[in-house]
Amino acid sequence: MNVLLDCRGLTVRFGGLTALNGLDLTLKHGETLGLIGPNGSGKTTFFNALTGLYRLVAGRVRFGGREMTGASPQDLYDAGIARTFQRSRLCLTLSVFDNLMIGNHRRLSRGLAFNLLRRRAFEQELREHQARSRMLLETFHPSLPDRLYDPAGELGMIDRRRVEVCRALIGEPRLLLLDEPSAGMTHEETHELMEDILATRARQPGLSIILIEHEMGVIERVSDRCAVLNFGEKICEGSYASVVADARVQEAYLGSE
Amino acid sequence: MRKIFRPAPVWPALLLLPLLGGYGYVFLHAEAQWQVAILALAGVAAILAAGSRRVGAALDRSWRAAPSLLGWLAFVVAAALIYVLREDHFALLMVATVLLYALVCLGLNVQFGYAGVLNFAGAAFFGIGGYTAAVLAAHTALPHLVILASAGLLSGVVGSLLVLPLLRTRGHYAALITIAFAILFRTFLEVNDLLGGPQGLKVPGLAILGWSFNDSIVVDADTEFSFYVAYAGFSLVLFTIGLILVWRLERSWLGLSLDAVRIDETAASVFGFQVARWKILAFSLGNVLAGVAGAVYGMMTGFVAPASFTLAESLIFVSIVILGGLGNPAAVLPATVLVVVLPEKLQFIQEYRYLLFSAIVILILLFKPAGLLPRSLRRYFPSWGKA
Repeated sequence: MNVLLDCRGLTVRFGGLTALNGLDLTLKHGETLGLIGPNGSGKTTFFNALTGLYRLVAGRVRFGGREMTGASPQDLYDAGIARTFQRSRLCLTLSVFDNLMIGNHRRLSRGLAFNLLRRRAFEQELREHQARSRMLLETFHPSLPDRLYDPAGELGMIDRRRVEVCRALIGEPRLLLLDEPSAGMTHEETHELMEDILATRARQPGLSIILIEHEMGVIERVSDRCAVLNFGEKICEGSYASVVADARVQEAYLGSE
Repeated sequence: MRKIFRPAPVWPALLLLPLLGGYGYVFLHAEAQWQVAILALAGVAAILAAGSRRVGAALDRSWRAAPSLLGWLAFVVAAALIYVLREDHFALLMVATVLLYALVCLGLNVQFGYAGVLNFAGAAFFGIGGYTAAVLAAHTALPHLVILASAGLLSGVVGSLLVLPLLRTRGHYAALITIAFAILFRTFLEVNDLLGGPQGLKVPGLAILGWSFNDSIVVDADTEFSFYVAYAGFSLVLFTIGLILVWRLERSWLGLSLDAVRIDETAASVFGFQVARWKILAFSLGNVLAGVAGAVYGMMTGFVAPASFTLAESLIFVSIVILGGLGNPAAVLPATVLVVVLPEKLQFIQEYRYLLFSAIVILILLFKPAGLLPRSLRRYFPSWGKA
């Protein structure tokens, strides 16, 4: 079996509100899943549960063949899950490079002696990451490597999005969670960003992606499969064409007559 | 491709350093109140200028051109200043006090500036160092360098008692815990007869490798250096080590991790940062620095008492860090000079010093929240960044 992620009966509650209700979802290696649903249907809650930010009331998570139910955000990151946030969470006062290195945390040598005393070795490691950062940024836009030393806050919205995606990608995760990357972008910009993400995936064939998106064109273009949430439950799953044709989906978005 | 040779623009900093030394000398020797006032204003103006974009950039460029040369020169200038002041007890005491306070503030800077843990108990950890030195030096035959290290360690260990409540709270609430600790610490000392109660304890002078710091240095029959020369020199060495340590910390993955944790705990944990671990590291390291500084200070003044380690003193430390510039270790020194030396030189301020400091801190927070010398972007190495 080449299942990467296997979620069974995920349930998240906030007081009396059930934000996620018995969600079953599986994802294969290298697969891209489009996750859609009306506002408040539990998509971001699912991401937050999957990255350990929310505690599960019930359900279990297997990732990469390992039992990860109730794991901490740190363990889930170490297992290979990286994400972006719906509202950009870059560290605006830090440089673009520093932001990327936050995503690259897995690969950084964190020993006290290494960092404080072995400055030569540190510099060598630093230069390697610097070169990799430039390469990755280059994929997303030719002008981005030149902004490596600028504060992230000086970048425009689109470049911030790009950097945020790069921050999630640079640690070479096995699963990338994209939370509405198109928010606040024009149609063209969104497509450009998705092409860049696909280009990165072409070089990293094992990478699986779950994409939350309202822009249906993007979903159609990139996803192998779609799942639709409503009121914290999965109401439909399948190919893009079958999902948009589904009566339950249309009802969720447009309401019943 | 051959590099085109261009003379490095090293001269601004190269000229500035001896100038600073001269300024320090004149400032410490100025007697008349109006002289001190003018010098102080000139100093503040100079610091503000250095924090401005253009002058700051020029200084920055020259620093990058020859960091090790200028670093050494700064050390030599400071050492020369101590030498020039060799017979002036009071001025040397000031110099040593400034350096030791600055060492504490380096620690607070790591805690607050990098990890975002606001510590209102700086003076308490300073005091733990002083009391440890007093007890150990009086009752054991441990070499004094070991005592200094133990003072730092004990301060770090006591600090770790606070870690648990600190990690469970955030922001103002965490700050309140440190305030509570500062008050608790003072009360504990006052009621504890073993530690001398309100009268405090005597502390034996520092002696390293058989050399007693409390003896005047006799050169020949006519020349005798103040014993504060040894303390000032030793404090200079300690501060330099602390500064290099904090600099390296900031310019490494450690500093990056602390920044990540401070700016956005949630994002940091999603990217695998062990938030608690980094806060503990920063908090302990800061307290160790404060403890070592306190031990040397206690040995220098020969005396520790609860009244020296009050919440008010802690506030002074915090205001130095904010005044200088959060996260900029180099800013700690000029800010300490302003806060520690100025009231000593300007007697009419003395009584109103707390009032004045609170006014200054409020002004800074309102108009220059990043401090007089704001922190710049992380530069892992002098050559880091755009060519």
